[in-house]
Amino acid sequence: MSEYRIQGATGDFEVVIGLEVHAQVISKSKLFSGAATEFGAEPNSQVSLVDAAMPGMLPTINGECVRQAVRTGLALGAQINKFSVFDRKNYFYADLPQGYQISQFKHPVVGEGTILLDLGDGKTKEVGVERIHLEQDAGKSMHDQHPQFTYVDLNRSGVALMEIVSKPDMRSPEEAGAYLTKLRTILRYIGTCDGNMEQGSMRADVNVSVRRPGEPLGTRCEIKNVNSIRFVRQAIEVEARRQVDILEDGGEIDQETRLFDPNKGETRSMRSKEEAHDYRYFPDPDLLPVEFDDAFVDAARESLPELPDDKRKRFVDDLGVSDYNASVLVAEKENADYFEELLAKLGNADMAKKASNWVISDLFGLLNKAGKTISESPVSPEQGAELLGLIEDGTISGRTAKDVFEEMFETGKNAAVIVDEKGLKQVSDTGELEKIIDTIIAANPGQVEQYRAGKTKLIGFFVGQVMKETGGAANPGVVNKLLQPKLDG
Amino acid sequence: MSEIDKATVAKIARLSRIKIEEDKLEPLAGELNNILGWVEQLGEVNTDTIEPMASPVNAKLRWRDDVINDGDKQESVLKNAAKAEFGFFAVPKVIE
Repeated sequence: MSEYRIQGATGDFEVVIGLEVHAQVISKSKLFSGAATEFGAEPNSQVSLVDAAMPGMLPTINGECVRQAVRTGLALGAQINKFSVFDRKNYFYADLPQGYQISQFKHPVVGEGTILLDLGDGKTKEVGVERIHLEQDAGKSMHDQHPQFTYVDLNRSGVALMEIVSKPDMRSPEEAGAYLTKLRTILRYIGTCDGNMEQGSMRADVNVSVRRPGEPLGTRCEIKNVNSIRFVRQAIEVEARRQVDILEDGGEIDQETRLFDPNKGETRSMRSKEEAHDYRYFPDPDLLPVEFDDAFVDAARESLPELPDDKRKRFVDDLGVSDYNASVLVAEKENADYFEELLAKLGNADMAKKASNWVISDLFGLLNKAGKTISESPVSPEQGAELLGLIEDGTISGRTAKDVFEEMFETGKNAAVIVDEKGLKQVSDTGELEKIIDTIIAANPGQVEQYRAGKTKLIGFFVGQVMKETGGAANPGVVNKLLQPKLDG
Repeated sequence: MSEIDKATVAKIARLSRIKIEEDKLEPLAGELNNILGWVEQLGEVNTDTIEPMASPVNAKLRWRDDVINDGDKQESVLKNAAKAEFGFFAVPKVIE
């Protein structure tokens, strides 16, 4: 792959990218209160007096949120800090009733780790993770509901977030996209974040700077709260271009916070946030340090499922699935789960390659057409296994199987039922087929003569006739085997 | 510790949303410098071998289980709001 460069009038520039991902922790209740975290409830119905910052209310840490952060750290091969501290990050905003966010500054719960990016064609790249810390989410402001007022809903206020901070190791929009994709996959595998970017349970702040290759780091701008992988890529492209244009005009980059506007395809300054950047962090006097022992870490490690990189390696090395198929299956946990259940029902690991092809071309094909996800598939792994079994034992041909599958998808019926109902069973009975072949040979003496004179390609014509006669039910392999000697005379 | 000047006091006041009259800034800077100077005396004590203290009491952070046992009190939450509509706090428009 050629390196990503922004072309300026005076030469090429390299882009340097770091990402801060806010991932909502999966837990029933909030980081410091017993209010529910579920999305989409009535406004302010999932708010305790702690979340509303009523005077005198004290935070109590939810152990599950700590465990989830530790599990995430372990999945990224990161250092786990058995001692960490909550700090107050002070700023004023309408959806932050405390006037500060409880976060971790100097002593985060997770230290350095790595994420392996899959860049296609088997290419990979390691990107460093600087740290993961726990913090409270803010409430939600709605500015478009009333001409004079902003409406504030505190349901999200106090929900636990993991802020996952990368090192500035990425060099192109594609790498940033691959980082988010991989991180999301891992979080979903281990069940610490649902990765739903539309609902805002995963959002990214993107740090972008440019430099001429080999030069020291340039001044960076931070693009806040980008909520899709596609927008992250676009934001990087336009921001890098903007910075190059400024530098080439002899200007300087101001370190500032910017906002990406996907409609206009531009980033713009959020000047109002500038002063607010003086957060005056200090240890939260309401909370003692978070401490846990090795047993806690070991139990968290024990609870981790097989991770995507390991799963892919196993699919390729042990099951003989192609690299491409393995990547596709592993990218979404639900796909991998479906495939593994299908394989379990088949009870034959030798069929893994065929099964992976079927999932990726046949099943995904119809799911895409129907606009359904794999969890909504009308055909269960068990039903899929039955269908593949019928092909494998020669009951139906691969061609017939496609029709049967379409009907299964449509009606939810089992493959064997459809095969019976429609009489689709392949005719492999040699006696019956021989009779049909004899009749066809007798009825086409001209073609037989041409075949014997050397036009052996005509065997296709005879196979076609047999298929026509049997309504496509003849086993083509058997037909070929029977035809050849008869035609050869 | 650098001296606290008038401008610093004005900045901290603004960040803390505390209104301080112009003529009070200078005296306040003097007071803050006195307090800081007094606290600075602690720097004379050698603490090289002493563990940082997180709390004056010998206690560990108490953890709670992940259960839902609070919330569902919209009325109480909104009770002191200057203005509330449709279950939301209604605040003067803040727009980026």
